[in-house]
Formats: sequence, C-alpha cells, structure tokens
Amino acid sequence: MGSSSVDFDALLLSRLQFAFTIAFHILFPAFTIGLAAYLAVLEGLWLWTRREAFKTLYLFWVKIFALSFGMGVVSGVVLSYQFGTNWSEFIRLTGGVIGPLLAYEVLTAFFLEASFLGVMLFGWKKVGPKLHFTATVLVAVGTTISAFWILSANSWMQTPQGFQIMADGRFQATDYMQVIFNPSLPSRLAHMLLAAFITTALVVGAASAWRLLKDRSAGVKTEGWSESRISLVMAVGLIAVLAPLQLIVGHESGMVAHQHQPSKTAAIEGYWETRADQPLHLFGIPDRGAQKNHLEISIPGIGNLIQGVPRDEVIKGLDSWARADQPPPLIPFFGFRIMVGLGLLMIGLGLWGAVLIWRKRIFHSPWFLRFALVMGPSGFLAVLAGWMVTEVGRQPWLVYGVLRTRDAVSPVTTGEVAISLTAYVLVYSVVFTAGAIFILRLLAEGPVAARIEPEPRRQRAPGTPLAKAPEDTSPGDPS
Amino acid sequence: MTLDLPLIWAGLIATAVLLYVVLDGFDLGVGILFPFARTPGERDVMMNTIAPVWDGNETWLVLGGGGLLAAFPLAYSVLMPALYLPVLLMLAGLILRGVAFEFRFRARNRGRKFWTQMFAGGSILTAVAQGLILGGFIQGVTVENDRFAGGAFDWFTPYTLLVAAGLVAGYALLGSTWLMMKTTDNLHGDARRWTVWGAAGVTALLAAVSVATLVIHPRIAARWGINLGGNIFDDTYWFMVQMETLLPLLLIPLLGLIGLGIVFVMGRKGSHRWPFVGALLVFLSGYLGLAAGFAPYVVPYALDFRQAAAPDNALGLMLVGTAIILPLILLYTAWVYYIFRGKIDAEAGYHH
Repeated sequence: MGSSSVDFDALLLSRLQFAFTIAFHILFPAFTIGLAAYLAVLEGLWLWTRREAFKTLYLFWVKIFALSFGMGVVSGVVLSYQFGTNWSEFIRLTGGVIGPLLAYEVLTAFFLEASFLGVMLFGWKKVGPKLHFTATVLVAVGTTISAFWILSANSWMQTPQGFQIMADGRFQATDYMQVIFNPSLPSRLAHMLLAAFITTALVVGAASAWRLLKDRSAGVKTEGWSESRISLVMAVGLIAVLAPLQLIVGHESGMVAHQHQPSKTAAIEGYWETRADQPLHLFGIPDRGAQKNHLEISIPGIGNLIQGVPRDEVIKGLDSWARADQPPPLIPFFGFRIMVGLGLLMIGLGLWGAVLIWRKRIFHSPWFLRFALVMGPSGFLAVLAGWMVTEVGRQPWLVYGVLRTRDAVSPVTTGEVAISLTAYVLVYSVVFTAGAIFILRLLAEGPVAARIEPEPRRQRAPGTPLAKAPEDTSPGDPS
Repeated sequence: MTLDLPLIWAGLIATAVLLYVVLDGFDLGVGILFPFARTPGERDVMMNTIAPVWDGNETWLVLGGGGLLAAFPLAYSVLMPALYLPVLLMLAGLILRGVAFEFRFRARNRGRKFWTQMFAGGSILTAVAQGLILGGFIQGVTVENDRFAGGAFDWFTPYTLLVAAGLVAGYALLGSTWLMMKTTDNLHGDARRWTVWGAAGVTALLAAVSVATLVIHPRIAARWGINLGGNIFDDTYWFMVQMETLLPLLLIPLLGLIGLGIVFVMGRKGSHRWPFVGALLVFLSGYLGLAAGFAPYVVPYALDFRQAAAPDNALGLMLVGTAIILPLILLYTAWVYYIFRGKIDAEAGYHH
C-alpha cells in the first residue's frame, strides 16, 4: 500500500464507517437472539399450558421482534458487503481462511431465519400450532447458529491459528478445526450469547416494570397487568441466574485474552509497566503520549489476583511493545470499566429481584420497579462497551499479530469513503430513529396491543404481522 | 477422480446470483410498480403478496456476495472497491425498502406516506444500482497486481445507464406478472396493463442492450462469432460473421423471444400464471446471453475463475456443507412458497 496522506484519510474514514455501522448493527442481534429464544419459550408454554397470557405475550413481543429483526437484517447486509468495499485487502489476504466461516453462516443460519420468519410472522393461520412453534424454534436456532459463525470468525481475528502465510502474502488454512475452534471462541461465544439473553431480559423487565408502575400511579389495573407480572418475573428470574454467570464467563474470556493477547490486557488494565505484583487501577486516564495514567486511583497488590495469576508472576505492561504496536488504551480502559460496572448493577438487580420474588413483594416495590425500568437499556450499553474493548484492544492489528489494520484497507479514494460514511449516517439516522419510535410506541401500549384482534376487517391495514389497525387510517389516506 | 472445485463453485455462485435476480427481482418489481397503484388498499395487497418471502429472497444476495467472498476472494476484493458507489446505492436502497415493510404499517398519516415512498424509492434505487453494477461488470474492470486500479466513476457510462434502465424494466415485468398470478379484481387488471407496458419496455431495452454490448465490446461480439472492425461512423466499418459460432448461441435470444411470446400471448388469453413463467424465461435468456460474453472471467477481463479461486481446501470444506445444506434450503424455501400459495384475498385474515 502507498503511504500518502490520502490513503490515511480513507483508512481513518473506513474505520469510522465500520465502527458506526457495526455499532448500530450489533444492537439488533444482541436483542433478537434473546428475544427469539424468549418467543420460543412463550409459545412452548402456551402450547403446553394453554394459558392465554402466554399467547398474549407472544403476540406482543413478536411485533417488536419483527421490527428489530428487520433492522438487524438490513444493517447486517451492509456489513457483509463492507468487507469488500472498504477492507478488500483483508479479504484478498485472508479470504481463504475466514471466507468459509462467513459462507457457512449464510448457509446454516440466514436462510433458516429468513424463511421461517415468514411463517412465524404471517403463517399463524396457514399452518398448525405445532408447525408454527417449530418455525419459531427454528428462527431462534438460526440466530444462535449465526452468532456461532460470526464469533468464530471474529475470534480467529483475535486469536488466529491453523493457517500459514504463502509466498504471495495470502493466508491459507492448514487446519479448519483449529481455525473455527480457535482459543478465544468458547469463552467469547458464551459471553456474547449470555449478553444477548441478559439484554433481552432487561428490556422485557423494563417494559413490564413500566406498565406496572403506570397502573400503580393511576391506582387501577389496566388490561395487560397480569401478563406484565408474568413477564417481569420471567425476566428478573433470568437476570438473577445469568448475570452472576456472566461475571464468571467474562472473567474466563479475560483470562484467554491475558494468555493470547497480552497487549489487549495491558490496555484494558492500564498497565504501562511490565512487572510482577501489578495493582488494580479503578480509575485513571491512560495517556499514550506520556505512556502513563493520569489521575490514577489504584489498589496495590491485587492486580495479579484479579488476573488469576500468582502475585510474583510478571504481567506485561504496554512498555513491552514498541509504540506502533500498542493498542490505544483509552477506549479499552474505559469501555471495560463501563461494561463491568453495568454488569455489577445487573447482578444487583437480579439478586434484589430474586429476594423480592421470594418474599412475594416484587409487584409492590416501586423502587425496584423504577430500578428495573432504568436498567432497560443497560444491556445494549454493556454490549457496545464490550465490543469496543475487544475490537480496539486488538489494534493496531486486524488479525492479531499478523495483519495490521492499515494494511487491510481497500484501494478506494477518500472522497468515496466520505460519501459513503455521510450516506450511512443519514440513512441510519432516519431508519433507526423511526424504528426506535415504533418500538417505544409498541412498548408503551403494552401487551394490550396484542389483545386486539385484526377485526373489524375494513379497518385492518395489512402489510405487517399480527396486525392491529391504526385508528387514524381510513381508505382515503395517502399511503 | 478429482473434483474441479473452482468450476463447481463458479457454477454454484452463478446459480445463486440467477436465483437472487429472479426471486428478489419480482419483489423489487412490486416496489417499482408501487407508484402506479390506484389506492392505498391496493398497495397494501401488493405488499402482502411478497411480505412473507422477501427476506428469504434477499438472502440469495447475501449468499452470492458471501459465496464470492469465500470461493473467489480475489474477485470479491477487486470488484467491491471497483463498484464502491453503486454497491453503496444498492445497500441504501435495500435498507430503505427492507424496513418499509414493517415501518409502513406502524406509521401513521404522513409517516405512512413517507414509508410508502421509501419502499418504492428504495426498490427503484436498488434496481438501478444493480443495473449499474451489472453494466460496470460487463464493461470490464481495471486490475493491476491483483488489485483494483481504476477510477471511482468507471461504472458510470451511457452503457451502464442503459443496462440499469433495462434491469428496472425487467424487474417491473417480473413484478407485474407475479401480481397477475397473486391478485384478483381491479388490481389484477392493473397488473395486466403493467405487464403489457413492462414487456414492451423489456423488448426494446433488451434489444438495445444486446446491440450496445456487441458494438461497444468487440471482445464480446467475437464470442458470438461477430467480428467487428473499423469505425462505425465512416466507411471503414466492417464486420464478419462466423455462423458456426453464432448459430448455436442464437438459441439464447430465441429463448428470450419465446419468453416474451408467452408473456404477450398467454396474457392476452387470460392466463394468470404463464406470463410469470414467460418473464422468468426472459431473465434466463438475458442472463445466459451475458454470461456467454464474459465467461470464464469473474473479473472481466482480468481474472478468470481459476485465478481468483480460494485454495482447494477452502472450496472443499464449503462444498461438503453446501452439498448437504443447499438441498435443504431449496426444500424449505419451496415449502414456504407452498404455504403462501394462491391468490391473496384483500379481506382475508392473512396475517394471522
């Protein structure tokens, strides 16, 4: 690659564009992986118990699923093409290794999701209840398989193995089992799937809490209250179990990074100095120029313990690497602390909720309900923070230790990337603002929205699953 | 016996792209025809005919792109930067029309009108962008040292614009014949009229694209056994036809003519289904006709499919999975179409 400043600008803008588009995209899988599983559970419970409440909840959440899934699909297609438009050298060099993983994602997951989504959303009266349930389960399975392949490809970029570099610089796999099941895959996949389930539970919990709080302040029980109680208990129960588990899995993931990506660990922990008996930095402002932290608040003597290694073992600091090989530490350092802080709050929410459920007081504790409400978006924030930690922490490498990000960019002009970045910002602003409004509007209506059958037919506006007619649409409307 | 893996993969990806073009083609076509519908109610019905299947249709595009990435990484890494802006336009179009399915229903009043326009506009934008991509592909890509070495606007020529117009008309014809098959009453009548216009447009544009391709690209003309020389605007112009090359290839345009014949004749006779079959034949003919011009190149006219192929172990690994999974995908895709077969009834409880 040339080294003119024009290339550098295209590189910087391409990185910005990738960060922007993937940050938007990840919000939807993080939510829909968990929501698909939740819907499968709800429909299964309905078939099993025949309690109408489960069907009502299913019909309510499936509308939100349809909106979220649609946004996830379109923002995902962008990413699959962006590898080529903006990171063509990455594909030219490593396509022979990670290409099959991405192809397997399409074959094993995308078709499953897309095809059975149609049946799930529109086939309620076209197929029997058991076949419909099968479709829901297959969509949930598809989202999980998809996560497996994407995490496998991304984990290979973090901890590459099972390949050789040929004379022309291109990568060739020597053992695909090693490529697919690379060292960081198990912990990172478990970490992401748990994050998805917890994110969904937090949203479901917040929506339920909001409904119960509204009834409480109005002093009445509006339609949908019993469903909201059921979904609140389901969500809080899940968080109580999964949030502590996530702490353990996340720690395991950190241990793998410590072993295979020491420069990432050093950035996360704010370690500049290579030494035994590292401290734990609770706060600080890592400064790459000065190669130290400002305003450090630290606990000496327990850093090694947190890393799970003996106190006298040497842990590498960023001084072990030339400056050009150091990751920029600011984002990993703060991203990690935001993620862990939110995770601890989630554990607190789960434990508090579990105690309240046990004491049968959960529906009557306004402070708990308010806490559950404000924690609603925390899963998304933690997922974003966590991905920033892992992706920025991998820098300056695209494939850790073997391919630099700056050597992976496409031979495109700065002007082209500036146009595309602007276009994505504009389109995403419109699309995701509208999507967020529609989802929030549905959440505000609550499970009662699902109760309204699609009659009277004349008012029903088709074009969506499980339709409820907007009251203000008449045949004369421009649409 | 060893398998010729690059050849198999070239065939598989070519098939995936063809399936994408005809499947997403009809639902993009429905979007292109959106502005011509008479009432919001008709637009609702039009959208309902494709709502359960569009996502599955679009997945073939992801397979085409993902398959190209995995099987021919070199081709993917050259073509995507070469077609940077049209790919961007296509993705923007796909985003806007993709979310419109849900958004249009959720929105109220002005919002509803906006998402109706976004569905139509996004569909048209996608079709135009795909036409520019196709045209840019056929006219060839500049490659140096296995990397794209052309300009940012190489894809923007009168020829690519003509191809784009042709593709928009083609998708509209697929959409209108699909609607003839799936709708009743007034909408069915409208779809018949759209089909006549669409078929006329396709006939003219397909002929124009064919002639332009042969005249502008002597290399492709030679493939067809037509050798051109000199300057078309003065007396030095000459051409020579090799009949033994041309005659068997003429079966391809013949197939297209048969397709158009089916659209016109069977449509006139009142058939609801045959016009769609005819439109499919027209697309097959156009696809084969273009493929005859650029095969075996995956990056015309710089890299053939063998040069661009991934290592054999990558192709082999993917073939194992594809051999097992692709038949399953085809099976359940067919099942989904079967579930949603037949006419759409505007009043039926379609969504439950």
